[in-house]
Amino acid sequence: MDFQIVLLLAQDGITNGAIYALLALALVLVFAVTRVIFIPQGEFVALGALTLAGLQAGRIPGTLWLLLGAGVVVALIDLAQALRSGSRRRIPRIIGWNLAYPALAAAAVTLLKPAEMAMPLQVILTLVLVVPLGPMIYRLAFQPLAEAPVLVLLIVAVAVHLALVGLGLLFFGAEGSRTPAFSDASYKLGGIVINGQTLWVVGASITLIVILYLFFEHTFYGKALRATAINRTGARLMGISTVMAGKLSFLLAALIGALSGILIAPITTIYYDTGFLVGLKGFVGAIVGGMVSYPIAAVGAVLVGLLESYSSFWASAFKEVIVFTLIIPVLVWRSLTTHHVEEEE
Amino acid sequence: MQNQHPHILEVADLCVSYGKVEALHHANLKVGAGQIVTVIGPNGAGKTTMLGAIMGLLPKNRGDIRFLGEPQAEIEVERMVAKGMSLVPESRALFGSMTVADNLLMGAFMRHRLGHRDHPETMERVFQIFPRLKERREQQAGTLSGGERQMLAVGRALMAKPKLLLLDEPSLGLAPLIVKEIFRVIADLKQAGVSILLIEQNARAALQVADYGYVLETGEIALEGPADQLANDPKVIESYLGLGGAAHAASSRSVPVANQGETA
Amino acid sequence: MQRAILILFLVLLGSGPLILSEFHITLLNYIGLSALVALGVVLLTGVGGLTSFGQAAFVGLGAYASAYLTTATDLPGWLTWAGGSPWIGLAAGLLLTAIVAWLLGALTLRLSGHYLPLGTIAWGISLYFLFGNLSFLGGHTGISGIPALALFGLELKSGRAFYYVIWVMLLAAVWITQNLLDSREGRAIRALKGGTVMAEAMGVDTARSKIIIFLIAALFAALSGWLYAHLQRFVNPTPFGLHIGIEYLFMAVVGGAGNVWGALLGAGLITILKQWLQDLLPKIFGASGNFEMIVFGMMMVLVLQRARDGIWPILARLVPPARGSRLVPQGDALPRNVMPQAGAGILDVRHVFKRFGGLVANNDMSFTVRAGEVMALIGPNGAGKSTMFDCISGVGSVSEGEIRFLGERIDHLTARAIARRGMSRTFQHVRLLPGMSVLENVAIGAHLRGTRGVLPAALHLERAEEQRLLAEAARQIERVGLKDSMFEQAGSLALGQQRTLEIARALAADPCLLLLDEPAAGLRYMEKQILADLLRKLKAEGMGILLVEHDMDFVMGLANRVVVMEFGEKIAEGLPDEVQRNPAVLEAYLGGVE
Repeated sequence: MDFQIVLLLAQDGITNGAIYALLALALVLVFAVTRVIFIPQGEFVALGALTLAGLQAGRIPGTLWLLLGAGVVVALIDLAQALRSGSRRRIPRIIGWNLAYPALAAAAVTLLKPAEMAMPLQVILTLVLVVPLGPMIYRLAFQPLAEAPVLVLLIVAVAVHLALVGLGLLFFGAEGSRTPAFSDASYKLGGIVINGQTLWVVGASITLIVILYLFFEHTFYGKALRATAINRTGARLMGISTVMAGKLSFLLAALIGALSGILIAPITTIYYDTGFLVGLKGFVGAIVGGMVSYPIAAVGAVLVGLLESYSSFWASAFKEVIVFTLIIPVLVWRSLTTHHVEEEE
Repeated sequence: MQNQHPHILEVADLCVSYGKVEALHHANLKVGAGQIVTVIGPNGAGKTTMLGAIMGLLPKNRGDIRFLGEPQAEIEVERMVAKGMSLVPESRALFGSMTVADNLLMGAFMRHRLGHRDHPETMERVFQIFPRLKERREQQAGTLSGGERQMLAVGRALMAKPKLLLLDEPSLGLAPLIVKEIFRVIADLKQAGVSILLIEQNARAALQVADYGYVLETGEIALEGPADQLANDPKVIESYLGLGGAAHAASSRSVPVANQGETA
Repeated sequence: MQRAILILFLVLLGSGPLILSEFHITLLNYIGLSALVALGVVLLTGVGGLTSFGQAAFVGLGAYASAYLTTATDLPGWLTWAGGSPWIGLAAGLLLTAIVAWLLGALTLRLSGHYLPLGTIAWGISLYFLFGNLSFLGGHTGISGIPALALFGLELKSGRAFYYVIWVMLLAAVWITQNLLDSREGRAIRALKGGTVMAEAMGVDTARSKIIIFLIAALFAALSGWLYAHLQRFVNPTPFGLHIGIEYLFMAVVGGAGNVWGALLGAGLITILKQWLQDLLPKIFGASGNFEMIVFGMMMVLVLQRARDGIWPILARLVPPARGSRLVPQGDALPRNVMPQAGAGILDVRHVFKRFGGLVANNDMSFTVRAGEVMALIGPNGAGKSTMFDCISGVGSVSEGEIRFLGERIDHLTARAIARRGMSRTFQHVRLLPGMSVLENVAIGAHLRGTRGVLPAALHLERAEEQRLLAEAARQIERVGLKDSMFEQAGSLALGQQRTLEIARALAADPCLLLLDEPAAGLRYMEKQILADLLRKLKAEGMGILLVEHDMDFVMGLANRVVVMEFGEKIAEGLPDEVQRNPAVLEAYLGGVE
């Protein structure tokens, strides 16, 4: 292996690693706030990529049906609950978010000819369709179980993952999609060629991370999410509702997932079930960070990307075996180091 | 304090269970506006359970809770906070890796959400009550000493400008000097018009500052009365304060009949 | 009633091949195969509290081991003797699985909380990709031409012939599992779900219990894989992937992970539903694919929201519970330890410090406890009394200083090792298994007084010892006055009685030193008198008792000596009368703002 290849593989690894890092951040966020180990995080990657591809191809993406369907179910449950507890004031909000909003989105997709739109608008429309699914899934699957043990939440997360993969197959079919690159530019640096898309991925990831940092450090709601993550009871006693925090964190997770999907769609072909493995690699990063530390999780995720890139060169058939087997020592290390903290509380 | 209703909190026939075990049986309790009411009793008597049910942290089996004269059909923590009830739990429940200032800020979360933007002034007031917190405003809450943590927990609850403050064992694990300071603050808060429901094991201190007291034993209210009477009640001294060393003199568990309004 | 239902079930099962169609036989075969794996998941997850998504990988190990050995034409020289026979294939598969499971278990069972299931996902995926990428296993196309099983010279080529093999093995596995759970080892396994602190303090080696159920679950899975390989006569990686592993977990959870029959019920439901949905959904959606995933996923969410214990408990409630199990167990007394001479020092705490980060919870604590006396440790809440208890009993570690028990240094020993030396304790926050009976809970305390292991338990060859252990537990329950609640679920007792249960559990260990953390809290006046009488009796028998208590009447009437703690330090020590007059104590206790 010469130096050229080393650099080329590094570029690949960093590009994928940047995506894994974003996903790792989302996973840490969701786990810290809701204690849900969000296995379906990767499904949002696939949803983002496939929705964008669908819009560009002039199809109505299946995500729309998902949004409409989930909206109706949430609206029915919430309306029934609102009527039972006599809080009629909530009704307009329920209808607005769960029925009117999806209807507007449907109108936009069918009437505005998304295929002819400029790329940024297509991206925004994709987010409009995908992101609200996050809070809706929280409402349907996790909110009724907010007090359940982590293990129950984990099994529910796995169940949601299964349902979403099945729905992905139903709505997008078994064929994969790839979207055109954001930029065709390429730059020669030293001996190697750096793709414009690589810069886009890395740049967008860093920007998103900075925005998230500012959100958590300097806004009321960002701080409220942190407070919930640190001490749920304490946060509730301040009036920060678990439901609100849960929905907000799922919203951010869906946003991060969809954006990641949009970013990698031009690099690899995305199938309905690609998200799972992508998400799990983000997980490895998150676990390196012990599911609590954002910076360590991000670094861990980039390392996973590099490891994957180099192992695919040496032993491509065993790429996944190597990446996932390496979680085990990391888990053992994490488990041993966090044990002390628990003991001392 | 302008309040039409003489009682800010009325609890009637409250029963609460943990799993299959009932931890609180048919408790009745009232807090008059501007009063400090204390509930004393041994570990495991159900004191924290009672606070949890009033605040909405625990579901109740039965019983009515009226806050500010209104019956509360569905008790939910967030709703109770919005209506002006604040609980300082025994564990303090601080946000350890956030700064003191951010902890206080979170105390104002509900007011902020309801559109009140007066948290800078409220924070100044809290700093006046606890100057130590001002010195440490940029320090992480987790690095504070035990006493400072308790001050922060109380200060954070005050950020919500509560009408009723629920305090669960504020003196727990604190050095005597700090305990003294905490009780001074409790007395000051009453002067400022905050009603307080205080749960304590430090019975003597609690009864000194309170207007009215209840003794909770094995999930039941065993005794109640004006605080000064309770403090001198042989039954309380002997069986609860314990170290009096007297024999089992007071065998009857007569509940002193007293009108709570008199002491208010 | 329950017995009648069981017999009916077995008769129906046995007559199955005589009346059912080929299709239904096949379905029942698959249900049996899945149920075997799900049974392991019940033991692992439902009973032991260890969640695994990776069981399908063990099925794969069992299947591939036999498939490879029975078909390979180019076995390496040292392996040629093992080729060709499915039975050697079975042995090899079980052995291989046991080794792999032991290695994975040794690594991942240390993982705390949610790290363990994540670990199972990781090795589940790894093994799956390994199956698909090893060329000698046929890669993604797999291995075909696997020979049929032969039993007594009879080739089991049809599903109908295979039926009895599968179901006899499954029922044997159910029997073994049930036997195991109803034994000393089983109680240790069931105690895992309540956290390891209590179990370890009662002398249970929790790491060993975990690895035992992990191995059993893996072996059941491997057995299922072996049966599958020889029934199907063809294997490829698909049925051993993570999604199938998830399905096994679903079976256990939907059926009811707390009960062995839940595995059968869940396997039946999911397998039938899957068959039906795989027929139906592609017709509805007009496309082919594994759309049953959508339904399974949603169903799983609903089950966990609405009936977290699965369907079996709901069905079981329809049948009146079996009676007759309410006889108080009788048996010979267990051998007892020799009590130390009354008045001899048994516990010696010397200059012990316990620090948590910057906080000093115990500051230079020294005191002794003698045989035949009650020593009370009192002090305000947060004074560090319970921390002291944890240090003495090995639940927590000592930062500095020395603790001697019966002359031996114990401050670096584990809770388990200390329990073995004759110290037993109760907990301030009760730690018991709410779903188990009072009798079983107390019997956990006698864990160290039994010796028979997993194998005799699984075959119920240890009944004589079991009877003696239960009888001992029953005696202690009577002694503390809980006789009337012996067969109640521990979780249904009032808090005070739960504390008393803990005392019985501690006594069942036959200790010479008893550590009681607030035993009288939550007790009514009469109950306190009974408890005080019991402690006096124990003291007279020569037991040393270290007591943390808040009820001063109780303490002063009972204790021979008192140590008072405040802020982690000893502020006074002496006879009860002396201590009560000590001004420092009065200040600490009454606090006061004057």
